Amino acid sequence: MVWIAIRMLTGDATKFYGLLFGIAFSTLLITQQLTIFVNLIERGASGVYNVPSADVWVMDPVSRTTDVNLPMPSTALDRVRSVAGVEWAVPHLRAAASVRTKEGDLEGVSVIGVDDATLIGLPRRMASGAADVLERPDAVVIDDVGTTRFFPEGYDPVGERLELNDQRAVIMGVADAIPSFTSQVTLYTRYSRALNFVPGTRNRLSFVLVGAAPGVDAKALAARITQDTGLRARTRDEFARDGVDFIIENTGIPLNFGITVLLGFVVGVAIVGLTFSLFIRDNIKQFGALKAIGVNNAKIRRMVAAQAAMVGLIGYGLGVLGTVGFIWGFSSNPTFKGFYIPWQVPLISLVAVALILALTGWIALRRVLKTEPAAVFR
Amino acid sequence: MSAAADTATAIAAISTRGVARDFTAGQQTIRVLHGIDLDVRAGELTYLVGESGSGKTTLISIMCGILWPTEGEVRLFGTDIYRLSDSDLVDFRLRNVGFIFQQYNLIPAIDAASNAAVPLIAQGMDRLEARERAIELLAALNIADQANKLPNQLSGGQQQRVAIARALVHQPRLIVCDEPTAALDARSGRRVMDLLREVALADDRSVIIVTHDNRIFDLADRILVLEDGRITHDGRDMPKDH
Ligand SMILES: Nc1ncnc2c1ncn2[C@@H]1O[C@H](COP(=O)(O)OP(=O)(O)OP(=O)(O)O)[C@@H](O)[C@H]1O
Ligand SMILES: [Mg+2]
Repeated sequence: MVWIAIRMLTGDATKFYGLLFGIAFSTLLITQQLTIFVNLIERGASGVYNVPSADVWVMDPVSRTTDVNLPMPSTALDRVRSVAGVEWAVPHLRAAASVRTKEGDLEGVSVIGVDDATLIGLPRRMASGAADVLERPDAVVIDDVGTTRFFPEGYDPVGERLELNDQRAVIMGVADAIPSFTSQVTLYTRYSRALNFVPGTRNRLSFVLVGAAPGVDAKALAARITQDTGLRARTRDEFARDGVDFIIENTGIPLNFGITVLLGFVVGVAIVGLTFSLFIRDNIKQFGALKAIGVNNAKIRRMVAAQAAMVGLIGYGLGVLGTVGFIWGFSSNPTFKGFYIPWQVPLISLVAVALILALTGWIALRRVLKTEPAAVFR
Repeated sequence: MSAAADTATAIAAISTRGVARDFTAGQQTIRVLHGIDLDVRAGELTYLVGESGSGKTTLISIMCGILWPTEGEVRLFGTDIYRLSDSDLVDFRLRNVGFIFQQYNLIPAIDAASNAAVPLIAQGMDRLEARERAIELLAALNIADQANKLPNQLSGGQQQRVAIARALVHQPRLIVCDEPTAALDARSGRRVMDLLREVALADDRSVIIVTHDNRIFDLADRILVLEDGRITHDGRDMPKDH
């Protein structure tokens, strides 16, 4: 009977494709939007992920994220260094600045000052040039996505001069970095140079990056640093999470994506529900005949379930494939740099598809089950 | 009567006692069948005739186990079918009743052989084996060459033969047809009735046909006339005033 059910379904090409489209469209919308959402909010932690060697981030107690920070007096560095379990501690500056482009436009950038000696704070990989280019006094390293904001696509910016806060800077390298949430251009320079680029308030030490001594637990170390110095200390994971939470709490993004995902679900229910009930309506005579002949409700249920499962599996597959195609197609686009599909996302859309089909299939099935076998003689 | 027929009549194929049926339309309850007592022997082709609205469809539906009577009992081959549980009744129909519907109700997406094989498939028989059995029957109905065609590629008459094959494929003991010739011209109608006599009727099987079609009354073993929910005539021929 399952074979018959499947043939009934595929035999009606228009409705079959309608159902597939409904499921595929819902899956695509839900999977794709959730994927973009997750990747986008994870960019709230890009500043942390770009410095994976730092086990603990130390900051002023009011600082909240890599971008929302209150600088500390430079003495903080020595206080952190003296805490037991700290293997190393380096200064880290993050500040806003402006660049005058060749066209004369003013563009906001973030300047990151990395440790002079170790260059901790610079992304691990360079897209072009080596990390030691920062030896040059006016050298800056630009992030790869930022490059596309300042220069035409495919242009190698090495050697380009910039006016950074009215001071001369030369791009000497391109970092392979995770873009920031705002995809603002980021310029890396040595800490001592950054102090010159960024006009002086008294305190300019944004963070102290700490490496834990071997065998020292980062969480315990962070607690000890806070206890000993009165500064806020967060492990890498905690601070990444802080960045993500900040975006969730302070932007309309979750709501917006939530609405789109819900819309995908509702559209799925609407299209699939409508097509399913049309399909059942067109086949109600046949179902009635089957019931009269002696096909029991359990078999009828299995038939409709098989139809739903078939539509679900193919439609879902197409939808996920569409998302993969989307991510793949845009992988070279800087906006989508590093985008991936977290495994939870296809699982969530699978649940959504199962819900859509359970709901619409149940409604369709009720109609079949309610049909009196005696109706076939009318 | 032959000896075989005698043993077959030992238990009636169908027997109804005091069957009544009410329908509720709005706030009114109308009784459309009044205390029908009826015995139908196996090996007979019975016509159920009567004016529109007289209750023919209602009675035949009750007799074959798809419509509950308001009162009375129905025995098919000794089984009091409305005492069965719902699922046992469905199963009873699957094994004992063959249906020929006026609009055939074939499944458009599967071919003639598979359509004819549906009762066997529903009984759980392997699909290919069921198809083979169905094709044998289609051959007996002279449409073996249409076995692989979809219903919409068949003529009305061919579709009806597929429907007949479907009613017979599982060798049920009761065959019911509601107006099987209504959509056909006089000659085709006669041919279908001849065919039913030939392939459907057997010593251990009864065939009940609801019909308006007075052109084929001569083909029945027994004619029952229903008027306003009561049987007013029961005989080999039609009453004179009809
Ligand atoms: N499901 C139902 N609900 C309400 N009334 C019904 C229902 N089925 C049948 N009836 C009524 O019962 C009476 C008998 O109907 P039935 O269909 O048995 O007549 P019939 O003899 O088969 O007529 P026809 O020759 O037109 O098919 C009619 O008055 C009809 O309106
Ligand atoms: Mg009728």
